[in-house]
Amino acid sequence: MNDLRHRIHHNGGLLAAIGLFIVMFIIYISNHPVGLTVAVATTASNKAVLLALVAMAQTLPVLTRGLDLSVGMVFILANCLASVIVIGTIGEGLLGITVVLGAGALAGFINGAIIVWGRLQPIITTLATGAMYYGIALYIRPGPGGDVQSDIADLATGQLFGVVPTTLVVLLVIVLIVWLPYRNSVPGRAALAVGSNEQAAYMSGVPVQRAKLLAYTLAGLLAAAGGLMLTFNTYSGEASAPIAGTYTLNSIAAVVIGGTSLFGGWGSAIGSIFGAFVLRTIEDLLFVFDLDPLWQPLFQGVVLLAAVSLGALRVLRIRNRLELFT
Amino acid sequence: MSDAAPILEMKHVSKHYGGIAALNEVDFVACPGEIHAVLGENGAGKSTLIKIAAGVTDPSEGEVIVEGRRVNFRNPTEAMAAGVVCVFQELSLLPDMTVADNLSIVSPPLRGGLINGRAQRERARELLASIGCEDVHPLELVRDLPLSRRQMVEIAKALAKKPKLLILDEATSALTAADVEHVYTIIRNLKSAGVGILYVSHRMHEIEALADCATVFRNGRRIETFKKGERSVSAIVQMMIGRELIHHYPDKPVPKPAAPVALSAKNLSWGTQLRDISLDIRKGEIVGLGGLDGQGQRSLLLALFGVLKGVSGTVEVMGKPHRLSGPRAAMRAPLPLALIPEDRKTEGLMLPMNIRDNISLASLSHFQKGLRFDGGKEHSAVGKIIDRLKIKISDLAAAVSTLSGGNQQKVVLAKWLMTNPGIILLNDPTRGIDVGTKQEVYQLLRDLADKGVAVLFYSTDYAELIGCCDRVLVMYNGGIAQELMGQHLNERTIIETALNVDEKGQVA
Repeated sequence: MNDLRHRIHHNGGLLAAIGLFIVMFIIYISNHPVGLTVAVATTASNKAVLLALVAMAQTLPVLTRGLDLSVGMVFILANCLASVIVIGTIGEGLLGITVVLGAGALAGFINGAIIVWGRLQPIITTLATGAMYYGIALYIRPGPGGDVQSDIADLATGQLFGVVPTTLVVLLVIVLIVWLPYRNSVPGRAALAVGSNEQAAYMSGVPVQRAKLLAYTLAGLLAAAGGLMLTFNTYSGEASAPIAGTYTLNSIAAVVIGGTSLFGGWGSAIGSIFGAFVLRTIEDLLFVFDLDPLWQPLFQGVVLLAAVSLGALRVLRIRNRLELFT
Repeated sequence: MSDAAPILEMKHVSKHYGGIAALNEVDFVACPGEIHAVLGENGAGKSTLIKIAAGVTDPSEGEVIVEGRRVNFRNPTEAMAAGVVCVFQELSLLPDMTVADNLSIVSPPLRGGLINGRAQRERARELLASIGCEDVHPLELVRDLPLSRRQMVEIAKALAKKPKLLILDEATSALTAADVEHVYTIIRNLKSAGVGILYVSHRMHEIEALADCATVFRNGRRIETFKKGERSVSAIVQMMIGRELIHHYPDKPVPKPAAPVALSAKNLSWGTQLRDISLDIRKGEIVGLGGLDGQGQRSLLLALFGVLKGVSGTVEVMGKPHRLSGPRAAMRAPLPLALIPEDRKTEGLMLPMNIRDNISLASLSHFQKGLRFDGGKEHSAVGKIIDRLKIKISDLAAAVSTLSGGNQQKVVLAKWLMTNPGIILLNDPTRGIDVGTKQEVYQLLRDLADKGVAVLFYSTDYAELIGCCDRVLVMYNGGIAQELMGQHLNERTIIETALNVDEKGQVA
């Protein structure tokens, strides 16, 4: 029982994000003209999973007290690359998928290598490499177009057993085979340690460099997975700078709404998934209430501010002013 | 010093930082089953010696030999693998992680390649129990623990690595008396199990209680290594500071009860941490705060400085009501207040900022004339206070983080003296600083009191309270248990009231 109390205390941010999403999603569905049908759920899921994956990617560097401004560009790079090589037979398509994921991981590894061995600050490193990755995407696909292996794409964006959106299953599988093992592995633990207090981590014999390298590499991999899902949704590739930028910034917002601290050492990728779902649901809410989509940025800002304020509620309980600054 | 083959041997080890030798041609030996005290003022080279042994830095010259093999540790991990484990004075815990995570941070129990949370929790529970810390829950976050508990977790973490040579660097400085006893027992058990122990402490009675032998360092050189009992305490102190100490503490003046009351608090309460505290401090008086760690002393100082919210009761400064609304208000009281905080690294100093900016930070308004900032006046005022406190610096523009612990503490004192305080609150100001600097702090406090400043001085060192203070308020469980003065102010009465027992040793 005592254990449970501690666990709830540890996961307050995550639980708040889940709660916020459930409330918003219920409002959305209850005002939806059709209600919760398989098609409605699949559409919502297909859109939400894109940002969820990019937000998961962003979480890993943030946990090490870093930031990855290139996640949106890797996302777009993967989209463009997939529209060129994930074609042909199913076998060729699967090979292409492997190459796309490998390219994403490589992009992430390059970020990590520059940050770890070049000792540059993450924010400026990834700003620069992000521009490079976008340049490569533009080179691969100068104008929108391309194609994708349609069997795989249809499968990925459809339903399993006719009811469960496949994209949700894909997301769940990625959580199960990437995030949870990572969270419970020695390097994953080390990443949190580095974010919490890098000096203390080093002094304790934590493999600091390996932890950072892995965090950025996995971030690239997850962002590329997001780019693949985008390709399956659109059946094409487009090197769009606005989309890349929006996804990068929204990924940071999703991470914060999900209860992860931008100061590192604290949070979870599962929180970021729900943070992403919250942001997506805002758009859907505007739709069902028939509001002009132009209002979307304003509402997103309000929700972000509210979410951050929720996290700041502890200030009201603080009785020692010094704790305001920790 | 013992017959067994040494665990750690250093031969002609030197370490240079820039042109300065932090360690100079040092030979040093640590043996299994031996508690070896390492003594010296701050800046004497103890920290450098430890850092080299623990793989934090490498020596500029000389050889380090561990169990007969020459080693060249590139990082702490390699030193730990060789069995050299250090409990650092600067805590190496990860604040956002649980106690269990921290205790198994490097080699957690695995199941199928992943961390086994349950086994890790069990291990944490056992480790904590073995050092008498059953009150710490393994799933508690380190940042939620008080300093004394963190230090115990730090020790548990070192023990988990099964060291052959355990280095304790001021590891008991924040501990409660009961914890210190536990740590003594652990150290003695390790010793009989054949572990070598290097023990760095500024507390002479700890060294007398524990050490088999001791080595004194001064100015980067090893002065002497000797067995327990071969040298008297005053001879050891003499070796450490290289000059004869005339008085340990400045003389106390005859009490002058006629002096006006500078600070008066009535019925202060704050949650469960402060219970109905009333006290008066007169001008020119040094009042001590004693008791076990964590009995509310820190909260009381913070409350008086206006840092705590929701404190009930009243405070008067020079007979005028004073609202506890924050440090800025405290500094503007009829007699300005100053608080020397407990943790100089986080609450006292801006470590990356330079010495001058740190010192003048709290009194910048003194140098502001209209829109113009008088840099020349600032410079000369800072220079004056540096001379007055004998702060050893090479350059005013150097970062404070480059100074030794004792000099950093003097910078904190200098910062607050610049504000011309009439009431000074000190939170254990001599923790972890060297003997020579301590003497200077005592003298400084007495000089200030002679000029009419009221001082409230919390210390974890009983000898200091007895030597320095006109009277001592002993706190227990958030309240003032007893006021001690004159002949009633001695180590025995302080400990008795701190433990809340009467003369026969019965719990009151």
